[in-house]
Amino acid sequence: MSPDAKLLHVEKLEKRFGGFRALDGVSFDLLPGEVLGLVGPNGSGKTTCINVISGLYGGDGGQVVFEGARIDGTAMHKLARLGINRTFQSPKPFLSLTVRENVEISARYGHAGGAAIDLDGLLASLELDAHAHRAAEDLNSAQQKTLDLARALATAPRLLLVDELAAGLNPAELDRMAIRLRTLADRGMAMLVVEHLMGFIDKVTDRVVVLNAGREIFGGTLAQATQDPDVIRVFLGGSHGG
Amino acid sequence: MHRVFNDLGLAVLVVVAMAVAPSIYSNQLLLFNFVMFLSLAQGLNVIYGFTGYLPFGYVGFFGAGAYGFALAVMHLGFGPPGAMAVGAAAAVVLALILTPLFRLSGAYFAIANLAAAQAVYEVVANPALEDVTKGPYGVSLSGVFAPNASYAAAVAILAFTLLLVVWLRNSQFGLSLRAIKEDPISAAMAGVSVVRGRTIAWLLSALIAGLVGGSFAWEVSVFYPETAFSPQFSIFAVVFALFGGTATLTGPLLGVFILYGVYNWIGISVPQYFQLIYGTLIVALVLFLPNGLVSLLTRRGIRVP
Ligand SMILES: Nc1ncnc2c1ncn2[C@@H]1O[C@H](COP(=O)(O)OP(=O)(O)OP(=O)(O)O)[C@@H](O)[C@H]1O
Ligand SMILES: [Mg+2]
Repeated sequence: MSPDAKLLHVEKLEKRFGGFRALDGVSFDLLPGEVLGLVGPNGSGKTTCINVISGLYGGDGGQVVFEGARIDGTAMHKLARLGINRTFQSPKPFLSLTVRENVEISARYGHAGGAAIDLDGLLASLELDAHAHRAAEDLNSAQQKTLDLARALATAPRLLLVDELAAGLNPAELDRMAIRLRTLADRGMAMLVVEHLMGFIDKVTDRVVVLNAGREIFGGTLAQATQDPDVIRVFLGGSHGG
Repeated sequence: MHRVFNDLGLAVLVVVAMAVAPSIYSNQLLLFNFVMFLSLAQGLNVIYGFTGYLPFGYVGFFGAGAYGFALAVMHLGFGPPGAMAVGAAAAVVLALILTPLFRLSGAYFAIANLAAAQAVYEVVANPALEDVTKGPYGVSLSGVFAPNASYAAAVAILAFTLLLVVWLRNSQFGLSLRAIKEDPISAAMAGVSVVRGRTIAWLLSALIAGLVGGSFAWEVSVFYPETAFSPQFSIFAVVFALFGGTATLTGPLLGVFILYGVYNWIGISVPQYFQLIYGTLIVALVLFLPNGLVSLLTRRGIRVP
């Protein structure tokens, strides 16, 4: 791949909390429209990785390059306008605002350029249209996560970071969510998908990176990962660090 | 759309009522105090209701406005309109200097802001600055005393303030402030500049207090530092706004009309029970209606202006 074709380039990313290394030199690349799964045991640094890329945390080393420019240290609201957006592991909608207002804000302030988003169509496609005029606090947790996704999509991101979106969805909803993400990727949106449900990872991602204790221990397809002795040990062995 | 008109209707009603009130009721100074607290409670609403930061030293901006007005009259020979602009500018500059306080949260912000107001008071009241501020001896601006004009100015400031709150309640910018108040991280990820939003609300809130302070200086024309920086202004603005309910137009208005009304009424009729009644009223409200009177309606899903 030519270097310019990369949408996201993450190199030797480090993040420390006190003396603890939550990210210990993580590197990977993403192409436009590519879906990378980020998997690993609890506490392996998946959310931290999303937090650093999305600007919520400053990194302590390494770099993040988006569309050829370094973005580490850039404020979150600027990253949103550059075309990076995310969901949150525990949903963080604006609770007292209506569902519609939640997406209006990000469409108005965070739009990354290109055609305006049809917000009603967006809510309908995520099965939130029936709740459009209800306060976000009236939604259940899975719906709130979906609202986080809607809010992210309303900015028309080119890179979407998804943190455990599938938790709390029933099997039918899971399938529909997987199809939605796949459709977005096929239209060119790159994604980093953090998920514990391997069936979901299998349906949505092109390849995976496996993290353990802040380090990548594997990169490749999910099928290969399930054969990898290190990966098996980390997931089944209840090993160190996790 | 009709929401905007409900809000505007209420704003116009209050402004017209306060504008014609002096022709019906002769105690203009009392009416002035009402107008002043209506604006101050709404000014506090702009920062607390829309960002969640509670400025216990809100009077600092009021005092800066009053002294800005006084200094412009005494030293620059400005007429009241120009002096009012100087007072407003002084309050906004003070607010700009205090923007780092936003790094503090909750009670720390409130206390730091209180300390800042106290510091400004100490500077103004310092006898060493007698040549500039008249220090603790107070200022006399009898040359510009014109109670009808200063009352009219206060009503104009109230109109401006209410329009500002109507705008905040109905604009995208106001919505972005509510988003920041709810969840600053999500707001940032939605593309909202959290620092910019809070700063604008803060400066607008200070601007209102500065203008009100200027009109106060003009109205009373003789005052001392401890008058212009009296903590009572902060306390009243906070209590009135919270009593009625913040982030609405109605709440702070109700708070002023009811509490300041009761304050004047019991203060005159049964002064011996004044503090007891007043304190009980406020404690009862905090216990039973922590989100203010309007929450009686809003929690039933009714939108009040
Ligand atoms: N703000 C923080 N302060 C201190 N430690 C943190 C912070 N955020 C994360 N950590 C620690 O960093 C490590 C990685 O956390 P992270 O949330 O990234 O894990 P994760 O892979 O997302 O786990 P899970 O699958 O449980 O969501 C954990 O040990 C966690 O306790
Ligand atoms: Mg996580």
